[in-house]
Parts: sequence; C-alpha cells; structure tokens
Amino acid sequence: MTLDAALRPYLSVFSGRFQLMLQYRAAAVAGFITQCWFGVIRILIFAAFYAGGAAHAPMSLANAVTYTWLGQAFLAFLPWNPDPDVADMVRSGAVAYERLRPVDTYAWWYARALGWSLARVAPRAVLMVAFASVLLPLIGLGKWGLPPPPSLDAGGLFALSAVGMVLLSAAITLMLNTVVVATMTDKGAGPLAAALVNTLSGMVLPLAFFPDWLRPWLRAQPIAGLVDIPFSIYFGGLAGWSAAGAIALQFGWVVILALVGRVWLGRSMRRLQVQGG
Amino acid sequence: MPQILVEELSKTYRIAERDPGAMGAVKGLFHRRWRTVEALSGVSFQMDQGELVGLIGPNGAGKSTTIKILSGILEPTSGRCEVDGLTPWRERIRHVARIGVVFGQRTQLWWDLPVIEGFDLLRDIYRVPPDRYAATRDELVALMRLEKLLNQPVRQLSLGQRMRCEIAAALLHEPQLIFLDEPTIGLDAPSKLAVREFVGRLNRERGVTVILTTHDMHDIEALAERVIVIGGGRILADGSFAALRAGVLAERRLFVDFAGNAPEIDLPEVRVVARDGRQTELAFDPRRITAPDLIARIVAAHPVDDIHVEEPLIEEVIARFYDLHGAGES
Repeated sequence: MTLDAALRPYLSVFSGRFQLMLQYRAAAVAGFITQCWFGVIRILIFAAFYAGGAAHAPMSLANAVTYTWLGQAFLAFLPWNPDPDVADMVRSGAVAYERLRPVDTYAWWYARALGWSLARVAPRAVLMVAFASVLLPLIGLGKWGLPPPPSLDAGGLFALSAVGMVLLSAAITLMLNTVVVATMTDKGAGPLAAALVNTLSGMVLPLAFFPDWLRPWLRAQPIAGLVDIPFSIYFGGLAGWSAAGAIALQFGWVVILALVGRVWLGRSMRRLQVQGG
Repeated sequence: MPQILVEELSKTYRIAERDPGAMGAVKGLFHRRWRTVEALSGVSFQMDQGELVGLIGPNGAGKSTTIKILSGILEPTSGRCEVDGLTPWRERIRHVARIGVVFGQRTQLWWDLPVIEGFDLLRDIYRVPPDRYAATRDELVALMRLEKLLNQPVRQLSLGQRMRCEIAAALLHEPQLIFLDEPTIGLDAPSKLAVREFVGRLNRERGVTVILTTHDMHDIEALAERVIVIGGGRILADGSFAALRAGVLAERRLFVDFAGNAPEIDLPEVRVVARDGRQTELAFDPRRITAPDLIARIVAAHPVDDIHVEEPLIEEVIARFYDLHGAGES
C-alpha cells in the first residue's frame, strides 16, 4: 500500500470533521463573546492585583495580559471532555462499527479529535486576535491588548510549541475517550478532566504564580504543554534553550501519551462488550 | 478449504450483580458479585464461498455474538475461527477490509451527512480506487433505487430508505462476504421484499457469501437454503429448512369444504382440528397417510366442493423447535 492510500482514511476523517465543525458559526460567535467577557474580567483582576503593589510578581502585567488573551483565543484546545461523538457511539453501541473499519482505531480517533479541536479553535482564535491585537489598540487600549511576540525567535518557537499544544490536546482527548470506552459512560471523565486540566495547564493561574517548590513539577507534567509552555514562549518568558527544552518536553509527552493511549485503547476495545442487537 | 471455519467457539461474559435496594447498592461498593454468562458454548460450523446461510434463534441465543466474533468486533473466550484464512480478532484490519456488515438496529452512515458524502467517506476509509468506486456506487444506486435519497442527510430518511442506503454502504468496497444482522427489522412489506430480492441477487449473481440473522421467518424461507439454529449458545440444528420442518413438525392440515353439512370424519390417522358449518380442518402426519390417499378416501365417501392442504406456518415450526430444545428466552 502506498503512503497516500494508507493515510487516506485518516485525512478524510480529519477534513470531514473539520468542515462539519466549521459550520457551527453561531457557536463560534457565542464562544468568542464569552471569551472576550472572561478575558476582560481576568485582566481586571490582574490589574487590581498589580495595582495593589506586586513588586515581586513573577511576570509583568503586560505579560499577564498577553497570557490571558492567548488563553481565551485557544481556550477550545483544552481537553475538558471526551470526543462527544465517541461518547455517543459508546452509549448507543455504534462503536462496534468503529471496529469494522480497516483502520487503526487510535489513529482514526486521533485524526477526528484533531479535526474537531482545530475547527472549534480556528474561528474563535481569528476573532479573538482581531479583537485583542487590532481593535483594542485602534481604540486606544493597546496597553490592554495582545501584542505580537517580542522577537522573530519567540514567534518561531511559539509556532512550534503551538503544534505541540494541538497534538497534546488531541492525545489527552484520546485518553478521555479511552476512559469512556473502559467505563461505558462519559459521566466520570468530563468533570474530573476539566478540573485537572484547568488547574494543571496554567489556565486558572499561570504556573509562574505557584510556589517555587511546586513549579518544577508543574512545568514537567504533560498538561503544562497545553497553556503555560506555549504562552510563556510567546511573550519570551521561556526563551533560548529553556524554550527548546520545554518544546521537547511537550513532544515527548505527546509520544508517551500516544503510545500508552494506543495500548490502553486496544485493551479496552477488546474488553468492550457490545451488548444487544 | 471452506471460506469460514468455526471450531468450538465459546464466549463468556462477566456480569456484575447486586442485591436490590439501597443496602444492596452499598454492599456492592465493597464486594462485587460476578456472574458469568455463557453466550456461546462450543459452536462449530463451516461455510463455503457463495453460500447463503440463515442464522436463527430466540433472543439472547448467541446469534449476534457469533456475528460479532466472525466480523472481528469481539474476541471469543476460546475456540478457533478462520475467515479466508484470517483470524478475525487477531488480524482485524486486514479482515474487516474484506467483509461487509449491516446491523439492522444501528447505522454506519453519519447522521448529519448527506448519504452521498457518507459513501465518499467510506470510499476513503476502505481505500477504494476512485474509478472502481464510481462504478460500484452507480450500480448500487441504480439497484437499490437511491437516486433521490443521495443528497438527503441520513437523519431525514425513513427506516426503509435508510436500510437500503445501509446495505449499499456495506457493499461499496465489494466484499465477498457480508453479514446481515436483522436487516429487515422494523421494515414495511415492500421494503422487506426489496431487501430480500437484493440480497438474493447478490448471492446468486455475484457469488457473495451471506450470513443472515433474522426473526422474520419469511426472510429465511425466501433466501436461505441452509439454516443454522442457535439456542442457549449451542447449535441446535444445521441443514435445509425442509429437513428442519420434517424433523420437528411434520403435521399438515387439510381443509375440506363439503357440499352439505360437514360429516363426522373418523379415520385413525387423522385428527379433527375444527368443524364449522360445511368446513372441516383436519390434521394429519404425511408419514402415516399421504395427502393423495387421504383426499381420495374423503372424496370417495362424501361429496366435496373444495379441498386444499396447508403446511403449518413457519413461525409455528420454529416456536415448536425452540420449545423442544428448551431454547426459549429465559
């Protein structure tokens, strides 16, 4: 089989999911508005915090603002939930059909997860950048907006780290999918994952604000690669070799999660008892 | 070598149980009780390329489990199974590329997508070469009369329309073996006939091997030369339907319309089932007295207007068979 033919199912499910999800324009606009709102609130909180005399704050207010807007722009990458279609399939038993496809189920679901998250993020990120990088400076609020990366290097490293973020997000979604397959319900995986992901990624509070003794551990765990690592690279908080190391860590986690996840999904699938019918 | 080889296939499920009520739920937190259920215990059969076999049995008999193992979805607890030389659950990807499966109670098309886009997606999934795909698709569309349905989202189709699309979808990669698990369930009479006719043609004209499960005995009567009856996880019978009928319920019915009021019929080989006005319904065993003999004796003794013989309904035969083997759902 040629490489082209081998990849065809995966590319097809990726683009199919991407196109389908892009159609939900109302959801994108609603998400954008919500995220603007939360962005403003968070920035107000940071502003109050810094105004209260934060001489020893681990990052500048400007960087905290940048971090906040990036977080709002890429919010939909956070793997809060398993793939809803997979949860439906497990519930209805249609997951049996997934085993009838001549494809590697892990790679197949990974491709769908990628299509799903990219399609949800793309329109919101574009709108958010237009708002925070263009509109806010135009109306004289540039200080509260999202500036471009400080250097070409930072921009390039961020692009690389963003790829890691996308791949990591899909790998964690696949872990959640596997929990759904193993437990036959999506009731447990979602809420627990959302709490863990929000905290450990640095979404609630940048990891730099955590205590010194905790920070190295927080930076090393896989979920940091979803928010803290790429955003810190963006504004130059992580640069040079430490940025390169952080990106290597991201990709390392992607590989580990994918390998473990694939084995685990395979085992769960073999144990799955497709009932009835 | 047969296309399908199944030897001593067994499958047990483990089911968690708990006592009823709140106390039972609390107890279940600390101590799980497991019950094992034998879905299949020692099923063996063989099939050759081009056969059409009906797999029947009561609910919970193990039909679907058998199909799921043969199609690579489930792994059996023990036993051997080869399809075209491949073990389905071990060489799943290579195996499933060569088979087609329709589960009547589920859909393999995508609810939100128009039928044609679902077909295109399947083309990519099964890596069908584009020219080959176009030819197969057009042929299936013509055969199943899907022209008007192609641009509708699957969710808007009626069950009958959807099932025609499902069957076409399972055949786009030209499998030489198809599994149809209750393909006519819930369909109206014309849709059932269409599905039956199509499956029959596929088998006769293309030599596609078909394994069909159904509760509709007319499907079996119309299509299957060979029937495998499963009950309680075992094979109860394997052979032609005629043989099954003869073995279980040989009895036939003779309906006689007499010229006048129906007379008393007193023949040792015959049992009177009903007598109403001028008509009498008689039950007889063709092994003890043949239909021509019986008719000759009645016509010789009484003036008769009309006479006809009926075989018992196929449903009756099967219900009787399940009873005899204690295979009814427990």
